[in-house]
Amino acid sequence: MHPAFSVIFFTVTSGAGFGLFTLLAILHVFGLVDMTQETVLWAGIIGLVLVAVGLMSSTFHLANPKNAWRAFFRFKTSWLSREGVFAVLFYPFALLYLLGVFLQGAEINGFFKAMGILGAILAVITIFSTGMIYGCLKTIRQWNTALTPANYIFMGLALGGLLMVSALSYQDGADVMGVTGLTVTLLAIAALAKAVYYFWVAKVTGPTINTATGFTRAAVRLLDTGHTAGTFLTEEFGYEPDHSVVTALKTLVFALGFGLPILLLALVLAGQAGPGMALWATVSAFLGIIAERWLFFAEARHVVNLYHGAQHT
Amino acid sequence: MRLGLVIDIDTCVGCHACATACKQWNTSGTTGPLTDYRPYGENPSGVWFNRIRHYEIGDYPNNKTINFPMSCMHCEDADCVTVCPTGASYKRAEDGVVLVDQTKCMGCNYCSWACPYGARELDRESGTMKKCTLCIDRIYDEELEEIDRQPACVITCPAHARYFGDFDDPNSEVSKLVRERAGMQLMPELGYNPTNRYLPPRLTTPIPTDDVRKTDLISSVKQWVNKAIAR
Ligand code: SF4
Ligand code: SF4
Ligand code: SF4
Repeated sequence: MHPAFSVIFFTVTSGAGFGLFTLLAILHVFGLVDMTQETVLWAGIIGLVLVAVGLMSSTFHLANPKNAWRAFFRFKTSWLSREGVFAVLFYPFALLYLLGVFLQGAEINGFFKAMGILGAILAVITIFSTGMIYGCLKTIRQWNTALTPANYIFMGLALGGLLMVSALSYQDGADVMGVTGLTVTLLAIAALAKAVYYFWVAKVTGPTINTATGFTRAAVRLLDTGHTAGTFLTEEFGYEPDHSVVTALKTLVFALGFGLPILLLALVLAGQAGPGMALWATVSAFLGIIAERWLFFAEARHVVNLYHGAQHT
Repeated sequence: MRLGLVIDIDTCVGCHACATACKQWNTSGTTGPLTDYRPYGENPSGVWFNRIRHYEIGDYPNNKTINFPMSCMHCEDADCVTVCPTGASYKRAEDGVVLVDQTKCMGCNYCSWACPYGARELDRESGTMKKCTLCIDRIYDEELEEIDRQPACVITCPAHARYFGDFDDPNSEVSKLVRERAGMQLMPELGYNPTNRYLPPRLTTPIPTDDVRKTDLISSVKQWVNKAIAR
């Protein structure tokens, strides 16, 4: 698949924003971490801005954006529609929760607490829907797996955890150890899930040029595609990443996306570095996970490529 | 009713007449125009509802060239319709034809990702998704003579390799052809249950070559002269 920058940017930032909000609301409402009013507001606003920027960038790849409002009306069958509905539904709850913190300080009443928790639930459901947009496509075996939404959720939460530790590092005398430990765990789970995915995806299954053409008892080779220049199909689905680029990027995913952030947070846990180190860990993780998302699209091979001569996907 | 096409791979000669006729009819039809990009420039491209590809089946000397026209299969379980977030893509209950409402489409490309058969192409000019309409503006047009109420590609085909009809009617020509010639679906394992069927090549007895006369002296000399003299 052609890796479109707007979609890579959208899935990473909105995932991180939803992840941050989820962790913030849960840790704050259940009193697991002592947070000041300022910290909650700042973290909340950063989360909402990331989500908003991400959602806005997702409309950039529409060829006819004037009809974008119609995308909310096929909730019954379309994951793309569901994602839009949940993302919009998330906002009033998240805003009410932050309003509560703004009015009442860090100690909010039951109503605002409920708003925070409902917002967190909707945030996770929205990341899940984003994953299902890709996961439900039978035409792309690299996506058609439960690992797809799982990866989206784990990576969103891991980035959210890093942002949470970074936000807490600005709060005087905050106890960041618990959140840091949690974030290291989330990063480790995300890394493990991604490793499982890469092993799983390496095994070729699914349709072949034989089942695509119906000639299953002989070799089938493409003689001619019937067109001299590129078509919509070759431009959208024909992208083939260089093998060496793929290997290099996979190393980058594990080194920058998971390895280095875990290492830096371990330094914080061991008392060798201040919580400010979390900022560097966050930057590193964002770079690594952008590489991961690029690979997610670039490595996806649509079955229509079989008609253009690919023997398998 | 379940309308669709039968394509006879045995007789298709790969002339691209159906694709050209399709483009000609539909560019001024309900989902037209079928925009061309750089039509007279380098690398001309554009929107087509029907494309013909060519394959080689088997290994020499037991090989065969196959011409393979593909347009929308008007699938029974069409994921292109279920994934569409705007409702622009729909499948008509009365005849099973899958269409795109050009006034509702937001050009997100999602349906083209969900289609295994490459039947959907985004028109970059209008920003909307376009696809084979099964010539919906021909097959119901009472102004046309009955014999002309067929898709443009079917009428045009000089090899008579395309048939249009109702697959729900067991006595229709398409149903009979599928029965008699083992009409097949493409990539059935994906579960889209495509309506269009393909008729595989008929079994033929190989033309014997062992009785071909061995070359005599005169023709050998002729061959040698032909090779030796550069033109
Ligand atoms: S061939 Fe593609 S566009 Fe046509 S109905 Fe099937 S899935 Fe949809
Ligand atoms: S491109 Fe148009 S028809 Fe296709 S899924 Fe998007 S809105 Fe629906
Ligand atoms: S049925 Fe009509 S729209 Fe579809 S391929 Fe044939 S000519 Fe084109």
